[in-house]
Amino acid sequence: MNETVIFSVVLLAVLGLVLALILYLVAQKFKVEEDPRIDLVAEALPGANCGACGKAGCRDMAEQIVKDPSYTGCPVCNADNIAKIAEILGRVPEEKEPCIAVVRCKGGKVNSPSKVQFEGLQSCSFANSIFTTEGGCPFGCLGCGDCTKACTFDAIHMNPETGLPEVDPDKCTACGACTKACPRGIIEIRKRREATGRVYVGCMNKQKGVYSTKVCKISCIGCGKCVKVCPQNAITLANNLAYVNDDLCISCQKCVEACPTKAMTIMPLSKKLPETPKAEPASVPATATEPMQKAETLA
Amino acid sequence: MNMKTFNIGGVHPDDSKLNADAPMQELPIPKQVCVMVSQHLGAPSQPIVKKGDKVKVGTVLTSNDAFLSAVVHSPVSGTVNKIADVVDASLYPKPAIFIDVEGDEWEESIDRSPEIKREINLDGPAIIQKIKEMGIVGMGGACFPTHVKLMPPKDAKAEYLLLNGVECEPYLTCDYRLMLDHAEEIMIGAQILMKALNVPQAIVGIEANKPKAIAHMSEMAKKFPGISVQALKMKYPQGAEKQLIKALTGRAVPSGKLPINVGCVVDNVATCYAVYQAVQKNMPLVQRIVTVTGPSVPQPTNFLARLGTPVSAFLEAIGGVPEDTGKVISGGPMMGKALANTEVSSVKGMSGILVLPEKQAHRNTVYPCIRCGKCVEACPMGLEPYLIASTSLAKAFDLTEKARVMDCIECGCCHFTCPSNRPLLDAIKLGKSTVGKIIRARNAKN
Repeated sequence: MNETVIFSVVLLAVLGLVLALILYLVAQKFKVEEDPRIDLVAEALPGANCGACGKAGCRDMAEQIVKDPSYTGCPVCNADNIAKIAEILGRVPEEKEPCIAVVRCKGGKVNSPSKVQFEGLQSCSFANSIFTTEGGCPFGCLGCGDCTKACTFDAIHMNPETGLPEVDPDKCTACGACTKACPRGIIEIRKRREATGRVYVGCMNKQKGVYSTKVCKISCIGCGKCVKVCPQNAITLANNLAYVNDDLCISCQKCVEACPTKAMTIMPLSKKLPETPKAEPASVPATATEPMQKAETLA
Repeated sequence: MNMKTFNIGGVHPDDSKLNADAPMQELPIPKQVCVMVSQHLGAPSQPIVKKGDKVKVGTVLTSNDAFLSAVVHSPVSGTVNKIADVVDASLYPKPAIFIDVEGDEWEESIDRSPEIKREINLDGPAIIQKIKEMGIVGMGGACFPTHVKLMPPKDAKAEYLLLNGVECEPYLTCDYRLMLDHAEEIMIGAQILMKALNVPQAIVGIEANKPKAIAHMSEMAKKFPGISVQALKMKYPQGAEKQLIKALTGRAVPSGKLPINVGCVVDNVATCYAVYQAVQKNMPLVQRIVTVTGPSVPQPTNFLARLGTPVSAFLEAIGGVPEDTGKVISGGPMMGKALANTEVSSVKGMSGILVLPEKQAHRNTVYPCIRCGKCVEACPMGLEPYLIASTSLAKAFDLTEKARVMDCIECGCCHFTCPSNRPLLDAIKLGKSTVGKIIRARNAKN
């Protein structure tokens, strides 16, 4: 009886030791040398695994950043993240102008009243293949919310009143997932200028004014008034549609005043910043004046 | 009677063939017609008339050099008012030719006499050329140019011509009416197609809910050697090409192949009638029969109407839209498309206008999938609709492709049969269009 117990204990102990030795030797033999900074960088990255950089996830991206000093990096990182990563790697933090996703359609239920009712699958890419929009605009927002489903940062939500998606400037990281999800290319990543807010054209309709005004109150009719008033020549007109170049725009907002259909829109401002009024993209005339004054005082 | 049908899947919607025995009526020509420039499947056409041009019935309005194309002829006589974009059934702007109607003058070459011309004078290639010139397309709804079907690739040989008189869509009765009124012309049209294809045998498939048409067509077929009539059990979608081939010949079209690969060419009876008129009477496709029907329409009627007539003119002819109307559909309830406005004009493929009352017009509440497998049972192509739909919604398009989404004929049986009212077909269509794009991109790369 005793012998059996002793034998079992000894056998197990010997077995354990032998296996541990094998494991140790194998671990030594196949040891992977890894830069400890990769883990640190991965921690400093946002960690949402959003895929905006095109890598498999944040750790994959961290490896790339550590390996390749010329690698420009994560499109989602804010200034804090960039500074932290630069500190870990001993590099100079690169200057990055913050960007934001903007929805270039202001039609929705309010400005482009529904002519038909869509009750099929709530998917923009499906709706895009069978009809225009409930209001009849062949370029406008379909309102099924593919962009909201694509957002990994919970930064874009449908407004039930207007039926349009609204970007939360505090949460948006400009990763670009929504721009890829939108079948009509309505959402664009543009530079935000938190102090004054920048201007964009809240319309995608390339039809002539006679057609586009029939389906939407705020459609860009391609009149060219904004092009004339712009002191920076930042606005171009093509296919009956104006486009504001955000590299050239200085946010003077003369075009917003000139626009007869109110298609010119001021970007929503972040609520985090003090003294900036709470701005909503739909209410243009109200918010138009405040950043204007601010721009003047700055000048 | 020995009746056949296809073997897998299918559903049995209520056929609702309302007032089918009422005589056909001719719809008065409207004051202005709006002729869509492209009314076929394939390369878009270009208008060749300009503002102010005088046109007669049968004047060619568009041109197209592409192989897969069909020209459009003026359905009325008058002056071209303008060529402008007009919103179609889906609210997208499409080019159209507006013609102000003046009188009813036809091109001299068109034979409008009521006599039936039985002798076929043209030979095969001349018939195909004539069909192309006269702008004949498949009248069942898909609008596939007919002359293309008559030119099979060299390695395939047609053995059967199958005539589709099934009309399995509920409510529609236009083909039924045509088979009763113009059986002999359809038979001559079939002979013309047989001559063009050089096939000895033609079979007309008619579903059992049209006994009068079966009797009349069988009687008529006795006079025409090589043409026979086959009664079919009622089952939707028997009028789909592949299902009809299976039902009539027992042959199955392999995945990704065309009917010609199993020696069959399928044409609608209405297309046969149009072929007869084109070849024997020199008459281009300028008018068609349109069923205007619905549960609350007081007098559902088949109208013979010129192309380009607005839908509102049809609705006026039945005494206005009924009060409880919730939806107007172009085509039948299974595969038809809801109209976004009633000003859209009729086109070559518009077989019916269905007015549905409010309580039937909407989709039911969607519930979660209960894994009952009814959609798999109902699919006439032997697919797994739930799988295709879920992979497509999950954007796993490689799996969607593996689930053979490209074989889907979009008949809607899965959606119809689903006890949870899931929008299966919507998701499948989304997957089909995306996978189609992926396959085209892959082929372009190789």
